[in-house]
Amino acid sequence: MGFLVFTAGAMAASGALAFSDFNLATGRASWVGTENFARLVEDPRVARSLGNTLFYAVLAVPLEIAVALGLAMLLARVGRGAGIFRTLFFLPKMTPMVATAAIFFLLLNGSNGAINQGLRAIGVQGPQWLVDPDWIKPSIVLMSLWAVSGTMVIFLAALKNVPRELYEVAALDGAGPRRVFWNITLPMISPALFFNTIVLTIAAFQTFDQAYLLFYRDQSSAAPESSLFYAVYLFQQAFRQFNLGFAAAMAWVLFVIIMIITAIQVRVGNRFVHYGGRD
Amino acid sequence: MDVKYSTGRIGRIVTWVLLIACSLAFLYPLAWLVAASLKGRGQVFDNALVPTEVHWDNFATVFTELPLLSWLGNSLAIAVLAAVAVAVSSSMVAFGFAYFRFRGRNALFGLVLATMMLPGAVTMVPVYLIWRELGLLGTWAPLWAANLFGSAFYIFLQRQFFLGLPRELFEAARIDGAGYWRLFTRIAMPLAVPSFVIVLLFEFQASWNNFQSALIYLNSESVEDFTAPLGIAYAMTRYSPTAGGQGDYQYVMVASLLITLPMLALFAFGQRYFVEGVATTGTKG
Repeated sequence: MGFLVFTAGAMAASGALAFSDFNLATGRASWVGTENFARLVEDPRVARSLGNTLFYAVLAVPLEIAVALGLAMLLARVGRGAGIFRTLFFLPKMTPMVATAAIFFLLLNGSNGAINQGLRAIGVQGPQWLVDPDWIKPSIVLMSLWAVSGTMVIFLAALKNVPRELYEVAALDGAGPRRVFWNITLPMISPALFFNTIVLTIAAFQTFDQAYLLFYRDQSSAAPESSLFYAVYLFQQAFRQFNLGFAAAMAWVLFVIIMIITAIQVRVGNRFVHYGGRD
Repeated sequence: MDVKYSTGRIGRIVTWVLLIACSLAFLYPLAWLVAASLKGRGQVFDNALVPTEVHWDNFATVFTELPLLSWLGNSLAIAVLAAVAVAVSSSMVAFGFAYFRFRGRNALFGLVLATMMLPGAVTMVPVYLIWRELGLLGTWAPLWAANLFGSAFYIFLQRQFFLGLPRELFEAARIDGAGYWRLFTRIAMPLAVPSFVIVLLFEFQASWNNFQSALIYLNSESVEDFTAPLGIAYAMTRYSPTAGGQGDYQYVMVASLLITLPMLALFAFGQRYFVEGVATTGTKG
């Protein structure tokens, strides 16, 4: 049970730290009460990073769900041939994030990148993906979508569990594909939909690697504010500025926000999620 | 197992066309990566999928340009340690939860599961301080040793499997005089090989890909000691023209390809486990 001690101890320590001004550079710590939280509210970069992260989550999660579900439905249709495509779709998921970031860093280059070259070929002037503040988050969304197959596989498993009789009955009743989707498919896979939404949301709030690798890796050049994700700012406070107390306070705020959002999702979910089909 | 809607011939053609188009889109970045890894300086941005001149020598030069061999070795050693540590310890904890009936078991198990909800960011700082107290910053220990205490998700996965084993099997062995350790090693584990493999594969992948921990814990001065992901991040900066490099991105691409290939091989070997494992988290979670 050492595992519990490790995690619970870490949580308690994190809680205590949040109320201290512990700084690694000076090595001093003293109790400062809620001062960290007050500073946190005042720090415009905290608000900015939280806003960026929220914006990203709102953009990324629905798109990831839609693309993953779309691919899963395509795969569910082809039956036997699905295996090879499932494998192909899964390859990006196996690609280490660092490699993904390195590839997209070059693909998304504003002037020479392959994506903008492709767009130019069809007469569209592509944006400066990694420079224009408005396009930074869509760039990261694109990377997430590329590796969306984990979500897809969960949807695929759920789709396969939908009893075929339901579709046969619907066909007899003359229901069109759209009605079948909204009235049969979606309710039947709602547990998977619910699970994926929660997991993807929690992941989106902790986005770190992509943003750090693309914008904060090179400390000699300033990164655009639009790329400052919450987890990146937390990392900077902890391991660049060594404000561990402040970072711990930030971590707790993140935890509470994630808990609140998850709780809301669970409440909404309980109203719509249909668990009957599983038994 | 195909789910049939109103699939006429046209519907089927549309489905196949869409699938092939999507596959090409998903494969393109990987194809581009392979091509880029074979190009000369400055040709990476010609974006041709077939390099005009093929530089096989990149795959040799990269090892003198960058300490890639030592990065890959470090990553491999850490990933093996991490995977074995977490698989063994989680199995033991999971067996405890599955076999023994004791007061407060469910509450304790709930607590274990609750830690899955905990964002890594919350424990990042205090865990760092623990390793600092232990004087192990800059060593490999922070990158794998915590796995000796198990991990909630894997404990859950293994416990589900153990619960599926018929209890009579254990009762019979008990009557034959087997101790708990024997129950675990001789009966539970041999039967739990499939889920054990899932845990090994998942954790190997997680560790191999882990960038953030390496960034936090490894000494940024000693480049030789980096793991492969940290090394590639370092190389990206080193060759970047804005940081005074020459834009030799082909080496970054070779390195990226070389850390991706083992994952693809792992997937080829364990596809069944990966897909099943991921699907299980969704349907039973």
